[in-house]
Amino acid sequence: MTGFIAQLLNGLQYGLLLFLIGSGLTLIFGVMGVINLAHGSLFMIGAYLAYVVAGATGSFWIALPAAILGGAAFGAMLERVLFRHFRHREHLDQVLLTFALILLFEEGRSALIGNQFHSVPVPAALDFSVPVVGGFAYSAYRLAVLVICLLVAAAMVLVVERTRFGAAIRAAAEQPDMVDLLGLDARLIHTAVFAAGTALAMLAGALAAPLQSVQPGMGDGFLILSFIVVVIGGLGSVAGAFWAALLVGLIDTLGKVYLPQVAGIAVCGLMAAVLLWRPAGLFAKG
Amino acid sequence: MTAQGMTILGGRGNACLALAAVAIASMPLWASAYHMQLASTALIAAMFALSLQILAGAAGLISLAHAGFFGLGAYTVYLLGSVPLAMSLPAAMLLAGAAALPIGSLALRTRGFYFLMTTLAFGQMLFFLFHDTPLGGGADGVFITRPSVYWPVSRAARPAVLLLLNLTALTAMYIALWCLMRTMFGHALRGIRANEDRMRAMGHDVQRLKLAAFVLAGTLAGAAGHMAAMTDAFVSPELLGWHRSAEALLMVLLGGLGALHGPILGAAALILVREAGSLVTERQRLIEGAVILAAVLLLRRGLAGKWRQ
Repeated sequence: MTGFIAQLLNGLQYGLLLFLIGSGLTLIFGVMGVINLAHGSLFMIGAYLAYVVAGATGSFWIALPAAILGGAAFGAMLERVLFRHFRHREHLDQVLLTFALILLFEEGRSALIGNQFHSVPVPAALDFSVPVVGGFAYSAYRLAVLVICLLVAAAMVLVVERTRFGAAIRAAAEQPDMVDLLGLDARLIHTAVFAAGTALAMLAGALAAPLQSVQPGMGDGFLILSFIVVVIGGLGSVAGAFWAALLVGLIDTLGKVYLPQVAGIAVCGLMAAVLLWRPAGLFAKG
Repeated sequence: MTAQGMTILGGRGNACLALAAVAIASMPLWASAYHMQLASTALIAAMFALSLQILAGAAGLISLAHAGFFGLGAYTVYLLGSVPLAMSLPAAMLLAGAAALPIGSLALRTRGFYFLMTTLAFGQMLFFLFHDTPLGGGADGVFITRPSVYWPVSRAARPAVLLLLNLTALTAMYIALWCLMRTMFGHALRGIRANEDRMRAMGHDVQRLKLAAFVLAGTLAGAAGHMAAMTDAFVSPELLGWHRSAEALLMVLLGGLGALHGPILGAAALILVREAGSLVTERQRLIEGAVILAAVLLLRRGLAGKWRQ
């Protein structure tokens, strides 16, 4: 039973990391209409950044703001230089552009840091277990990841639903022409959304670094799962991505423990079923 | 690019291709075993990309599941064990086509971005089927016994025999598709890419045409996968992963979406660039990434388009 609770918490925590990646993906697609297959590589870059920063400064906590700020700057640069020009290109061009970025990011990582596996130690302040129920205790760092992800999710919902900037993002996603009519700068919105999406993916990578080995190609699995999250949640919907991420995180984690041979197939099958049954997403309104 | 349909070569273009085929067929007389293996790799890549051209170029469908069918064809060789080529090749095509039928009929209910994502999910399902279960001999791949040809092949003659088999297979595939594109079916497919709604209004059953193209493309990808397994005597789940599908799309784009022979040029170009790149640097992905960037940024019509100019 305690084992099951641990897996449940692991599933939630995995799902929340998927939400950080998937929410950026869904916003970028919703607002810009661009498919970014390199989003998983951004997660990988975030994890390596955490490894480097934590190693150089001796503090893991500096790695988190570094991932957010570095991600925002990197994302803004990518949008200005490349993605801006691919908004109206065919899907094939977008797929291949972002596939090229995957190859270049992996090769860049290999050239700068190498191909070894690394581990990032759990920050000392959180290197203990918290008693949850009965005799069952759970890693404090994992709980902290849960809390941080929930705070980020709450902040995102607040920004998107309650602020003027959020209204502009929603307008850009639903009625692109209206943005110009309202006198808003659509290009600025695109840059901001892409920067935010990149920052979220890199933050997720940094948070995940102490939980798994930092290794080449570590974003690949996350990429497929976060695309599935986006489709199940409905393209462009942050709230949909949240519930879908929890669902996918739980199914994938519990599946890997209890039915390891079908876990990979189960999540893909779920996505196929959603696409055929409710193509606009499981959590779409109406 | 969108409004223009896919062209097929006339007599002069086909004569050029035939000359190239003769040059490749003469390789056993002058080339080293290494270069014959390289040519085999390029021929297989060309078959794979050519099978995708029916979807991407003709019907305008961007599928990320295509490597799944390629891999199924390859794994058929492993699953059948030691059988003659005359049995393993049809079996590989049959299995890949049989998988493409249900996957295609589900995926084709979606369009655009959703089609991309559905095919990505189905392709990864096939990947996980061989990666996570013992069905295909494990996640690291397995060595296989090659299907037998009718006469015993010595070790020294093997690269030449495989080269000629691959050349024959690609030639047969190209001729079959060249003929197919001249039929009503081929014209209707190309009509879908140009204007799907118009085709529907004209009374074509667009859904069925697309499904037929999807299954045909899957079947031919299975044949390409079979030849890859036979050439390398090794299969691994990586053959089914979506990176392979993206590579096939790259060859299609490199060669040009607008021409049936484009993928052959694209495959040849990619394999040559890779080989030349490996002389300069060990960083393969850097070369491939740069080639893709160049292709999507500069070469909008592909090599076949340049040729026409």
